Amino acid sequence: MGRDYKVIGSRARRLDAPDKVTGKAVYLDDMSFKGLLHGAILQSPYAHARIAGIDTSAAEALPGVKAVLTAKNVPGTKYGVSPARYDENILATDRVRYVGDEVAAVAAMDLETAMRALELIKVEYEPLPFVLDIDQAMAVGAPQLHDEFMGNLTAEVHQEFGEVERGFAESDLIRTDTFINKRQDAGFIEPHRAVAVYDLAGNLTLYSSTQVPHYVQRTIAMLTGLSVGKVRVVKPYVGGGFGPKAEATPCDILAALLSMTTGRPVKIAYTREQVFLHCRARHQFKHTMKTGYTKEGIIKALEHTCYLEGGAYSSFGIATVYYAGSLLAAPYKLPHMKYDGFRVYTNKPACGAQRGHGGVAARACFEQQLDLVAEELGLDPIEMRLKNIMETGDVSCNDLAMSSLGMKECIEAVAGGSDWKTKRGKLPPGKGIGMASGFFVSGAGYPIYRSETFHCTVTIKVQEDGGTVLVKTGAAEIGQGSDTTMAMIAAEAIGIPLEAVRLVSGDTDYGVDLGAYSSRTTLMTGHATKQAGENVKETILGALAEELGMERERLDLKNGLVQINGDPVDFTPLRTKYFKEHRGWSGMPEGDALTFTEAARVAYLKLGTVVGTGKYKPPVLGGKFKGAAVGTSPAYGCSAQIAEVTVDLETGQVTVDNVTDAHDCGQAINLTSVEAQMEGSVSMGLGEAMFEEVKFDDQGRVLNPSLGEYHIPTVLDMPRMKCIVVESGEPNGPFGAKEVGEGAIMPTIPAILNAVHDATGVTITELPITPERVLAALKQKKGQ
Amino acid sequence: MSKMQIILTVNGAEHELLTSPNRTLAQALREDLELTGTKQGCEVGDCGSCTVLLDGEPVNSCLVLAVQASGQAVTTIEGVADGNKLHPVQDAMVERGAVQCGFCTPGMVLSAVSLLDKAPDPSESDIRQALSGNLCRCTGYQKIVEAVADAAKKGRD
Repeated sequence: MGRDYKVIGSRARRLDAPDKVTGKAVYLDDMSFKGLLHGAILQSPYAHARIAGIDTSAAEALPGVKAVLTAKNVPGTKYGVSPARYDENILATDRVRYVGDEVAAVAAMDLETAMRALELIKVEYEPLPFVLDIDQAMAVGAPQLHDEFMGNLTAEVHQEFGEVERGFAESDLIRTDTFINKRQDAGFIEPHRAVAVYDLAGNLTLYSSTQVPHYVQRTIAMLTGLSVGKVRVVKPYVGGGFGPKAEATPCDILAALLSMTTGRPVKIAYTREQVFLHCRARHQFKHTMKTGYTKEGIIKALEHTCYLEGGAYSSFGIATVYYAGSLLAAPYKLPHMKYDGFRVYTNKPACGAQRGHGGVAARACFEQQLDLVAEELGLDPIEMRLKNIMETGDVSCNDLAMSSLGMKECIEAVAGGSDWKTKRGKLPPGKGIGMASGFFVSGAGYPIYRSETFHCTVTIKVQEDGGTVLVKTGAAEIGQGSDTTMAMIAAEAIGIPLEAVRLVSGDTDYGVDLGAYSSRTTLMTGHATKQAGENVKETILGALAEELGMERERLDLKNGLVQINGDPVDFTPLRTKYFKEHRGWSGMPEGDALTFTEAARVAYLKLGTVVGTGKYKPPVLGGKFKGAAVGTSPAYGCSAQIAEVTVDLETGQVTVDNVTDAHDCGQAINLTSVEAQMEGSVSMGLGEAMFEEVKFDDQGRVLNPSLGEYHIPTVLDMPRMKCIVVESGEPNGPFGAKEVGEGAIMPTIPAILNAVHDATGVTITELPITPERVLAALKQKKGQ
Repeated sequence: MSKMQIILTVNGAEHELLTSPNRTLAQALREDLELTGTKQGCEVGDCGSCTVLLDGEPVNSCLVLAVQASGQAVTTIEGVADGNKLHPVQDAMVERGAVQCGFCTPGMVLSAVSLLDKAPDPSESDIRQALSGNLCRCTGYQKIVEAVADAAKKGRD
């Protein structure tokens, strides 16, 4: 591929790491504000109830209370994630729809006073019948959550690509399988927090632990009536997001309204319990897949039905129900696919987007079934996958174009890296090995609201003294490493060392950036950053060429040095000029080549401040069918994983012993960060496979709203992971790069399930893989 | 509630504080002493983000009252590096890419520092045991474990 990169592809240290290991990195809770008020939110204790009346007089009279808000004194504008399904009120108007629904908010001198004020608010509830699962919600005569969306359906999807009946007619083996996962919590370690500061000039600054400053800015502007330009959203360091922080929260909205009411900064911080009540994390999916294969193991058709238990509001649900179908059309050639999806309202906290949005349970069901078919046909699961995989240039039945796809390389890498051939089917009872594949988008092809907006704009300012550039981007560093990635791309594009790049990010004042979701940042913000860098380089070299009286084409920048092609040029006058400006300084430019510092100074002296800009918007993508916007992306990353497990045949306890993981990220910008995303993905997938489940009682209350009772993987739960990075070179990506943040979670659950099957012969079709479920399946098998 | 006067010794420096008896050590460190490197992710002792060392032993500072810490040596993340020179555990975490969102990192560093102070040649299992009270959702822990092993090796060389 002729890659001769100086910065990208390396294992450069993350820019933020020194501050993070020393405790200097500032997260929202570490910021201080003069005159700060503390806000608190009153939440419904009922899953479904009519509000007959609210009396706030006692709370208002409490000394130290500065404001009390209810539906009466906040705007009645409805909001949400998808404009087509704005179904949330800022505060409950006439009824509450889940335990945790927001009813009132207060701001007070301190948190204790705010909490005391909440206790003094008298709400008269008239409990209503409620629905807690899909069957109850879809039953005839079921209590309805939203008058506008009858049948308790947020959205339903009905799609057919190709001719499914023909596909089944051509099949030798048709299997129908079902699969159920459990509602998962994202388990980020920093709860949501926000501070709003409203000033008398009419500007609102919102500091928020968000993944999406841009969308928060728009939602706040829509709800407050302030113009977008007067709302500034600033994201300090964020302690993880994984999806649920990809929308404006009641923390953000109520802090803004309370600050506008009181004229003082207001902070609202969720407790860990409130994080579980706000949720917006992984849905529960119930999949049924009828799949046809030829006797050679070629996939012919898929008929797929999915029900999503969504909670009381839409959040990302429309996108989720589409993704649950569309993300099955690859990475295997699937000529005929029919999908019926239903996203169902229940009186529980709303589910939304979480790493591997919509596709994780679907992938688990499909990959597990594929292994069962391989077993029936007497084929090796890897051989069978290799027969079916798509390659670069293939287009799926629903118009997803694989502009690069190293699926084959990934599968072969994990097979080789795990000694698959010597282990599969040859391990002793209780030991098993399983594999699975998957893929994911590199950024949603369209913004969440219908718009021709650029998905990101980036500015690079060359510091006037030369030598250093300042990258400004609205992109959201939430731990994934986007700051370092963008700095590396800028350095590479300009031709300077990483040390010469400073970067500021996560602030709507720096430009438009849709934020950290759908694994979009490396490809999309990367494009804009690269373009801004090239723009800077062009301006500087143009000015330098003019100064030296030579053609621009003869000049280039590499590693911070100007390369002059052809006859040597005497640049002594330039250097002398620079030296004169810095009399008495040390560390002056030296050597046979003119430095970037000197060249940038020349450009400034000629042109004034040099600024490069970049922007990116994906080209028009995908099909014309309804829902085509969900799943289309400029590029797709793909993964293969192999899990090895030990199953205690007496107790049913499953231990994942190790995982071999290969991911095609197109081109690693930072190799260490790519591995880090792969390892983190495996960890979240392993948690969902093995033990994670948000549980409810029969009144719709979360039973395990803490990190003690809701178990995310500890260091003792995690096996050794062997990560193999595959680079297929993505033509639509900056320097060939595409996603890694979410594709890497896709194979984890099915790889473990398939390994458990290899170890025991039993098939687990409901997560998590608890000892009880494994034991019950073993007993049932024995009885047969 | 009447306040109590206590002396907290933090990172070698003594601080005289007037504090409520129900104030946690985490609150006192973060709010009274402005040592905000100590993070709070759950406030009930589940996540380990607020880990500090009390006389060298890791504790969840959200579960310790400030008054209980009086008279013991408290080490927070701000006291780990030597000026601008990172502690070997910190340096290895940076080098290995063991840091993502960074919210668990201060607690993770302190648990590791405490381990290496007591056991300079830990096995992988020792390292995992020592970090088992610190939750991380980003990394899958692998690079953290590798970083601690690197720091241990560097300390022995």
